[in-house]
Amino acid sequence: MIRAGAHAFWSHWARHPLQLAVVIIGLALATGLWTGVQAINAEARASYDRAATTLGQTQFSHITRNDAPLRIKDFVVLRRAGWLVSPLVRGTLRGTGIEVVGFDPFTAPINTTFPDLSGDGDLSKFLSSPGMIFAHPDTVDLLPENVPPVRILETVPPDQILTDVTIAMSLLKRDTLSSILVLGVQPERRLPLVDVNAEYIITEPAQRSDMARLTDSFHLNLTAFGLLSFAVGLFIVYSAIGLAFEQRRVLFRTLRALGLSRCSLMYLLASEALVLATLGGGVGVVLGYIMAAALLPGVAATLSGLYGASVSGSLSLNPFWWLIGFGMAYFGAAVAVSGNLWQMSRLSILAPAMPRAWLVAGANTARLQAIVGSFLILLSLLLGIFGESLIAGFACLAAMLLGAALLVPLALMSIVSLLSRSSRGVISQWIWADTRQQIQPMSLALMALMLALAANVGVSTMVGSFRSTFTGWLDQRLASDLYITTRTSAEAVAFQEFVSADVESILPIVSADVRLAGSPGQVFGIKDHEIYRAHWPLLESVPDVWDRVAQGDGILVNEQLARREQLWTGNTLQVAADFQFEIVGVYSDYGNPAGQAFINYEIFEKRYPDITPLRFALNADNPSYLRDKIVAEFGLPRDNTINQQEVKAFSMQVFEQTFLITNALNVLTLGVAGFALWASLTTVVGMRLPQVAPVWALGFTRKSISVIEMSRSLLLAALTAVLAIPIGLGLAWILLAIVNVRAFGWRLPMELFPWDWAQLFIWALVGATLAAAMPIRKLIKLPPSELLKVFANER
Amino acid sequence: MNVKAFFLTLWFVICTSSVVAQGFAGLGQSVDGYALPKPDKVFTFPDDHGAHPDYRIEWWYLTAILNDDDGQNYGVQWTLFRTSLNPDGTLQVWMGNAGITTPDEHFTGERLARGGIGQAGVTTEPFAAWIDDWGMVSKAGVGDPLDTLELTATLPNASYTLDLNANGPMIFHGDNGYSVKSNSGQASHYYSQPFYQVRGSLNLPIGDVEVTGLGWLDREWSSQPLDADQLGWDWFSLHFDSGERLMGFGLRDANGQSFSYASWITADGDVTPSNDLRITPLRWANIADRVVPVDWRLELPSQSLDITTKALNDDSWQSTLFPYWEGPVFATGSHQGRGYLEMTGY
Repeated sequence: MIRAGAHAFWSHWARHPLQLAVVIIGLALATGLWTGVQAINAEARASYDRAATTLGQTQFSHITRNDAPLRIKDFVVLRRAGWLVSPLVRGTLRGTGIEVVGFDPFTAPINTTFPDLSGDGDLSKFLSSPGMIFAHPDTVDLLPENVPPVRILETVPPDQILTDVTIAMSLLKRDTLSSILVLGVQPERRLPLVDVNAEYIITEPAQRSDMARLTDSFHLNLTAFGLLSFAVGLFIVYSAIGLAFEQRRVLFRTLRALGLSRCSLMYLLASEALVLATLGGGVGVVLGYIMAAALLPGVAATLSGLYGASVSGSLSLNPFWWLIGFGMAYFGAAVAVSGNLWQMSRLSILAPAMPRAWLVAGANTARLQAIVGSFLILLSLLLGIFGESLIAGFACLAAMLLGAALLVPLALMSIVSLLSRSSRGVISQWIWADTRQQIQPMSLALMALMLALAANVGVSTMVGSFRSTFTGWLDQRLASDLYITTRTSAEAVAFQEFVSADVESILPIVSADVRLAGSPGQVFGIKDHEIYRAHWPLLESVPDVWDRVAQGDGILVNEQLARREQLWTGNTLQVAADFQFEIVGVYSDYGNPAGQAFINYEIFEKRYPDITPLRFALNADNPSYLRDKIVAEFGLPRDNTINQQEVKAFSMQVFEQTFLITNALNVLTLGVAGFALWASLTTVVGMRLPQVAPVWALGFTRKSISVIEMSRSLLLAALTAVLAIPIGLGLAWILLAIVNVRAFGWRLPMELFPWDWAQLFIWALVGATLAAAMPIRKLIKLPPSELLKVFANER
Repeated sequence: MNVKAFFLTLWFVICTSSVVAQGFAGLGQSVDGYALPKPDKVFTFPDDHGAHPDYRIEWWYLTAILNDDDGQNYGVQWTLFRTSLNPDGTLQVWMGNAGITTPDEHFTGERLARGGIGQAGVTTEPFAAWIDDWGMVSKAGVGDPLDTLELTATLPNASYTLDLNANGPMIFHGDNGYSVKSNSGQASHYYSQPFYQVRGSLNLPIGDVEVTGLGWLDREWSSQPLDADQLGWDWFSLHFDSGERLMGFGLRDANGQSFSYASWITADGDVTPSNDLRITPLRWANIADRVVPVDWRLELPSQSLDITTKALNDDSWQSTLFPYWEGPVFATGSHQGRGYLEMTGY
């Protein structure tokens, strides 16, 4: 009997290959997007670990000094005191996103990324100018022209180049080290560090790389997108499986009547789901791999733009993702099938064939949905008010979206009921009543559409708000006309003299790498000047903020530091043990993940006498003339002079890259929702024959029925899109005010973009038209005999 | 001379796996642009105690054979190698090797540094040779700076501090310090101070040990001291109970011994060079996955010398970037004495 049942099930799918395809594609899309996102996350994290290994960041302690930046001479002093240490220089190559890592081949810890310098003459080429750099094959094409000769080395993380420490310093135009690594095994008899120099401090190795910590929020974002896609994919599967159940009600009854026990039937259906999940999961995992491979370069660009993190542009295969992918497919199939199975297990033998019984069960579901939805909205509110962590922020977001989605059927029914009041005449009343009746079977697809549209509105509002705030902020922050980098201290002194006659103002830009509240950060020394007073983007401050900074007892911190450490105006910030200030202001500092602080220039000079300014911000009447003059007469390379527009253009480019991946996932999610709508409409057309047949029998042509059906689809899509806008704005608000603050450390004002909504609305209608076209075409082509059958037999 | 040039050249060519190994490599191939040793060189001091950056390779090489109050024997090695990566001498690489040998244990230390930043180097006035916290520093008030030295090195599990006082003159090997290394004429500049009285302490895992003994310093520089077919060398520096000393080496090619030389040094410091040294391995040991001769017979007919040397510790293996055997030996036979043996190319 079970065999016969299995055979009967199979023949159903054989007769409905499209439906089979929908189930499998739905599962594949759900698992594929999820797996793809996980693969991207795993690849990125592996890249951070590789990068951290190059730098020894996670393996070795390192030494910094309190009073000055580290230089080669500090390294030598430590070596001569018996400490086994190695110098490290890292920094971003100007005008690129490429990180230069300089090491000393004689003292560096040997690890996997260590380049082979064993060829004839390699070592001397490596050590002497112009030097030699090692780069990942993906990085080679990105390198500017004026870098030293390149050698390929697969083990170098992408967007990173390895070179000698002295070559790195000249590439980065600096004479300071980033850190001094303390090798694992030290001689027993060596001078205690405090006796070498009391200003030296030793820091234990980070448990995780700084990069991994910084980028956590980004990956959580991706995971959230993956989950959203998974949810939307599940709607497809749910509606397709629902259709399969609906179409087989007669079959179930017949099988039960022939003696197949309820238990065996359930068992058969569960096995069927297992087979479908395996097929869908398999396709999904492959799809996920393809998607991840296609998106990874975008993600890599985003990560390097946002955090300066380098991620390989190529994907490696990991069996773990395959297992996770299949796991998600089984989970998805179980969710999609369990509801139907549960309903069926509670109906009597013959009931499965009675549409009314299903409808009642469906109405119960709608009620339950509305209750759960309201509860979720409440939960979302509570999470938003009382939640602290980033996870709570995402949970708030998820609860809001899911709750709103569950309330969609009820909302649509209410709206349609309202609209139907104005209708006159039998036909229009029938249309409204029929529309209302159709909402429940289509509810899942409509929820999916609402989710995708809301996500779109939310994310584009966030990106748009960010863009306009960022542009305005750049205008404020980049108040100077020209930004100059001199090459040596002597040149810097000569330069200031050279331009003094031509400029309105010349402001030195000088900073020291320090640890602010335990994390790497920078402290800048600024001169008291009108430019800062007039333009600096302060979020909060004491009334006499600039006077306090000028007096030397006040410090300004960036928003990220303030939010992360809860250090606001009035608190005290310790830059070093004997170097602390009262916070007198907090400024916005978008796009910078690290902590930053500003102190008075003279105080800075006194504390870090070895740091002399090499960079300057100039204001002049005629910046382009001055720039040409600096290049032609002072002899500074043009690369060392940047005007304001160039900085802005570069910053905006980084910004656009940052949201590349967001846009891609947005489009994908919308595509999945469109697919869900199509699957659902296909289902509904089959189910609705008993409703359509009497209308046809009353004299409506199939064509006019089709027009009504199409209008109905468009109406429902339009109403859903309208509902999606406020939900999307809610989503944007949560993203801007809760998630962003916790993820990036800054809060942005929200702006509205009605034109974007209009476009999205049109896209929703286009999507609904396309999704409805095929099912409705099928209705037009339906042979009248099929419609007659509704009256002839019981279906 | 010693050895070191050969050893370096050899190992630099053979070891292709590590960074610096190959940086040093290429030594055997070409001397283009580097200064070459000249037979008529006149040494001037203290300048010649310092570095000769226009030569490709150079070393300050000290060995000491020591014992404590209980008669327990020890050996100590301290070496600073300099290599020039380009003929104009602007790119220098330094390598320090140190060893402590007891009858049961052998400790090895190694340091590397680039030149020009102060991490390693040699100054002549006052004389100091150093790499990291290792040093060979002159304490001489008058006379030659090398007459009185303080020697320190820190190994991973041990360290030492020794004071050295010379009670004899410097010795010039070969033809007044022009030391030929092969039949095809490769040569180096090579002088020694073999008359050190040593006193100091070894800091070993078992505790500190006060020691006294005899020391021997080699100074040598060249640009291409190895013949292409030479595989390695066996080098001896011996202090005999009679007060006489012997420096002798044999260079091996694929067919066995190809070239040998000996400096016979009287207690007063008179030197007799000779080419009739014969060295024959007597006993072999398995060390560091190789077979290494540890007991030798040395015959120098011109001085009626016929002795057998025996290693203090068979396992005196220096497992450094360029690994080799370096340890104390004891001589019996026609002459009684003690000294150091270095063997490379095994």
